[in-house]
Amino acid sequence: MNEHVILRHRDIPDLKELKIYRDLGGFDSFQKAVESLQPSQVTEIVKSSGLRGRGGAGFPTGLKWSFVDQQNWPHYVVANADESEPGTFKDREIIEENPFQFLEGLAISCYAVGAEAGYIYMRGEFWQQAKTLDGKIKELEKAGLLGNNLFGTDYQLKIYTHLGAGAYICGEETALLESLEGKRGQPRLRPPFPPSYGLYGKPTVVNNVETLANLPRIIEHGPEWYRSLGTDESAGVKVFSLSGRINKPGNYEMPFGSTYRQLIYGHGGGILDDRPLKAILPAGASSAILKASDQVLDTPLEYASVRKLGSDLGSGSVIVIDDTVSLDWVIKKTVDFFKHESCGKCTPCREGTYWMSHLTRRIALDQKSSQDVDLLLDVANNMRGKCLCALGEFSVMGVLTSIERFPEDFGR
Amino acid sequence: MNDLLAHYSGEIQEILDKYPSDQKRSAIMPLLFLAQRKEGYIRDQALAEIGQILEVQKTEVASLVGFYTLFHDQEAGRYRIQVCTDLCCALRGAEEFLAALCQSLEIQPGGTTTDGLVSIEEVKCLAACDKAPMFQVQAELGISYHENYNLEKTLELIDNWRRKDSA
Repeated sequence: MNEHVILRHRDIPDLKELKIYRDLGGFDSFQKAVESLQPSQVTEIVKSSGLRGRGGAGFPTGLKWSFVDQQNWPHYVVANADESEPGTFKDREIIEENPFQFLEGLAISCYAVGAEAGYIYMRGEFWQQAKTLDGKIKELEKAGLLGNNLFGTDYQLKIYTHLGAGAYICGEETALLESLEGKRGQPRLRPPFPPSYGLYGKPTVVNNVETLANLPRIIEHGPEWYRSLGTDESAGVKVFSLSGRINKPGNYEMPFGSTYRQLIYGHGGGILDDRPLKAILPAGASSAILKASDQVLDTPLEYASVRKLGSDLGSGSVIVIDDTVSLDWVIKKTVDFFKHESCGKCTPCREGTYWMSHLTRRIALDQKSSQDVDLLLDVANNMRGKCLCALGEFSVMGVLTSIERFPEDFGR
Repeated sequence: MNDLLAHYSGEIQEILDKYPSDQKRSAIMPLLFLAQRKEGYIRDQALAEIGQILEVQKTEVASLVGFYTLFHDQEAGRYRIQVCTDLCCALRGAEEFLAALCQSLEIQPGGTTTDGLVSIEEVKCLAACDKAPMFQVQAELGISYHENYNLEKTLELIDNWRRKDSA
């Protein structure tokens, strides 16, 4: 196994201590950027590294930065640490175990877009982690790595944590910004997108924690090194969160191009009680659900290949389903989640998730009737493409694909 | 008289320093956490006090309490045990764990023990999918995670609270 790029704390004990992180060259990348690179040069390096957003959408990070409106100031960077998708628990490990690499990445991102303030929006449940990060930020200020006149230049940077209070929707970047402004977390109509109209109406970049944690290593070793780790289409490494009916659930970092087989049967140690693998949710509760097969297991994990299979790589949160579990129960759980988390702003999602939750409950717990399954399909198809944000779209993915790919679990 | 300001003036100033001076509204959620700290729920009076400190309407403050699940406007147990029963945890026995815990304490999800010590709540994903059964405890000291738990360990934890409380 090569050394970890993101989960580096697994190779280096006590990496969460500033002294250890510094001794290994920590914050040299930030210093190099501020001292010797123009912000636009940093953006170009990240663009050519091929880094794509790790929160789920996979949007090219450097490209996002280049959209920031240069006519409207100040600029902000917000780290999205609202990690709340069932099946996703990677950002939490990064924050807890390798906090300085994340903070250095955030600092580099701020410099690249000319932001002098960065916020870390954390789900309220990460209360303890926020306190820890506050302490780490103070250490950095004391060490002269955050604050005024950084490295003898006139660049200054402050970083703040901000706690949410229990709402999945705040992981959607415009809902997150609303929440950070002290409002209910309801998505905005887009466009305009945050790089032109973001926090307090100012140009803002919202980046996922894992995305940011890549940046110090990319600046340190160069974009060619980073691209050499993955595939042509998906550069670098990805942290996969593995959960469900698996022997060794947990986070595993793998280069893009690895396979589900390596993840599930290698790292994960196979299925509980050696049962047959039945289904994979590649991207948490919002997944289009895949029927297990050798073809699926041996598909290289990259954005385009997983899409070809009829799903999405998303945030890499892989939930494993064995043959003891029926898919009608799985979608009852996922739909319940989305119904609870729907923000209520747009009608298709608010009403649709409510009706789907009634129907999936009836189908999973009572007698299945083909009428109910038809009605469920009807509601789901009527929501598709009509919701204000991705949450509503996510809620129908599992429903439509499980009925299509596992008809026997729905009495069809 | 603004009780919240009187009790936490230092902390409130630290919170306000995080945001631009013309964007005080951003401090509503941090101040709601402060208002909830001592009693575990937010009194009506605190909504007006937050509004006064941040120069926003009380109704704007109240609308956040209803939207976010970690804010409470009703009194409950001193320790809120919030068990995740979402898909990944349920695949590893979380629903059975919740049922057994409720049975032992002779309450339903959402209920509080008669001594007012513990409430049990069923919640959505807590980003600990690999460590089920798990729950978080929301109490005066903040939020703490308890992972890879079982009934026995949980009852032990509750016993410890009970002893600490009566000491």
